[in-house]
Amino acid sequence: MSLLEIIDLHKKFGKLHVLKGINMNVEKGEVVVIIGPSGSGKSTLLRCINRLEEPTQGKIILDGIDITDPKININKIRQRIGIVFQQFNLFSHLTALENITLPLRVVKKIPKDEAEKIALKFLRKVGLEDKADHYPHQLSGGQQQRVAIARALAMNPEVMLFDEVTSALDPELVKEVLDVMKQLARDGMTMIVVTHEMGFAREVGDRVIFMDNGKIVEEGTPEEIFTNPKHERTRKFLSMIL
Amino acid sequence: MVGIGQFDIDLFIRILPDLAYGALITLKFTTFSILFGLILGTITGIFRIVRNPILNAFSTAYVEFIRGTPLLVQIMIVYYGLPEAGIRLPPELAGILALSINSGAYIAEIIRAGIQSVPKGQMEAARSLGMTYVQAMRYVVLPQAFRNILPALGNEFIALLKDSSLLSVIAIAELTRMGMQIYAVTFNAWTPLLGVALFYLMMTLPLSRLVDYAQRRIGGHESA
Ligand SMILES: Nc1ncnc2c1ncn2[C@@H]1O[C@H](COP(=O)(O)OP(=O)(O)OP(=O)(O)O)[C@@H](O)[C@H]1O
Ligand SMILES: [Mg+2]
Repeated sequence: MSLLEIIDLHKKFGKLHVLKGINMNVEKGEVVVIIGPSGSGKSTLLRCINRLEEPTQGKIILDGIDITDPKININKIRQRIGIVFQQFNLFSHLTALENITLPLRVVKKIPKDEAEKIALKFLRKVGLEDKADHYPHQLSGGQQQRVAIARALAMNPEVMLFDEVTSALDPELVKEVLDVMKQLARDGMTMIVVTHEMGFAREVGDRVIFMDNGKIVEEGTPEEIFTNPKHERTRKFLSMIL
Repeated sequence: MVGIGQFDIDLFIRILPDLAYGALITLKFTTFSILFGLILGTITGIFRIVRNPILNAFSTAYVEFIRGTPLLVQIMIVYYGLPEAGIRLPPELAGILALSINSGAYIAEIIRAGIQSVPKGQMEAARSLGMTYVQAMRYVVLPQAFRNILPALGNEFIALLKDSSLLSVIAIAELTRMGMQIYAVTFNAWTPLLGVALFYLMMTLPLSRLVDYAQRRIGGHESA
């Protein structure tokens, strides 16, 4: 059984039909990279997976549990699905350390000193232990994004979603974030990564999915998609960005 | 005698303790009212933005009524009107109630703007980590909203402090009424009223400075 199973997922914003029947499975430990033109529904798909958007139709099954079930405790489910955003979204009134301890204490009810130990462990993991007492505005974009990754990881999720996490960064700061993500992939984390970083997709991705206009057009290994795409639209998209 | 009108320096010195006492009462009423107003305003401000038409309607009606009617009328409704409805309050309580209800409406608008000034991504990030709406509001959105609206709240405090002079009409011995009482027994208006004005200034000026300071600090924080 797949860790994550998405069955005929639709999302409409009023009349706008953004996701038009997405089917995909993600295995435990797999790194799935999603590429596609702007407006194709990549962010909407990720946001549906942790229910920041309410799916209009379809099922999302995490480890055998249908998380679109209205009776489910969505706050419990969200702890199992980490998400990192393009705009970092660190809590601006809290230090790097507090950004990580707050959800541990509030959501998981972990005592303060234990939460701090966990937070430091994950800050170390992203190479920012020495920035624990810095506020977000005292950190570079790349550092903020690494804290955001550490914050999501500290909740001990089963799947991590990344939505163009390097797009808002200055070019020289992209690598430090990608390096953290590569290490995470090597450690066996299940990841769904929306990105324009084709080098990353090639190197780390087990599978690449090309989305266009609310549908999955084509999927395969990075090798298949990048060197031998089957669909004209995939070819056109790749020729534009590569 | 040189000076303005009938200003009497000896009288002025003699009434200083009374005026100081009045100022203290003014400060007390304003502080209590702003605290209750803050609670009322935070709840109302949240009711204004949650997706619930009934809460929206109630909170909007409250805010519009208060902002659209004079505070003096509101004070009189509470003090003279409520007893006719069987609710008899001592003047002090009526005064604090009227001021709290009044400032609650203005603070609600400040809170609403403050919450809306916090980027949407903050709430989303909090929810994505498993926090409930209430937890996200309490630990993430409201602390940032309050930081952003501190200057506006300070200004509201100053406005309320001045407006509390209207409590003199329901016989509360605050600063303005003290001045009027002194005038009534001395038949000298200039001395007590200038004294009253001076005491108001001594309270509002430091507060305005504090507000300016907070505004500059937040400005610097935001741009970083
Ligand atoms: N909350 C919303 N309300 C209305 N329309 C929305 C909303 N969110 C997204 N959309 C629309 O849905 C479509 C897909 O948006 P989405 O953000 O998922 O695309 P994307 O593939 O992530 O694009 P990009 O590469 O630019 O991030 C767009 O047309 C967008 O305008
Ligand atoms: Mg997007």
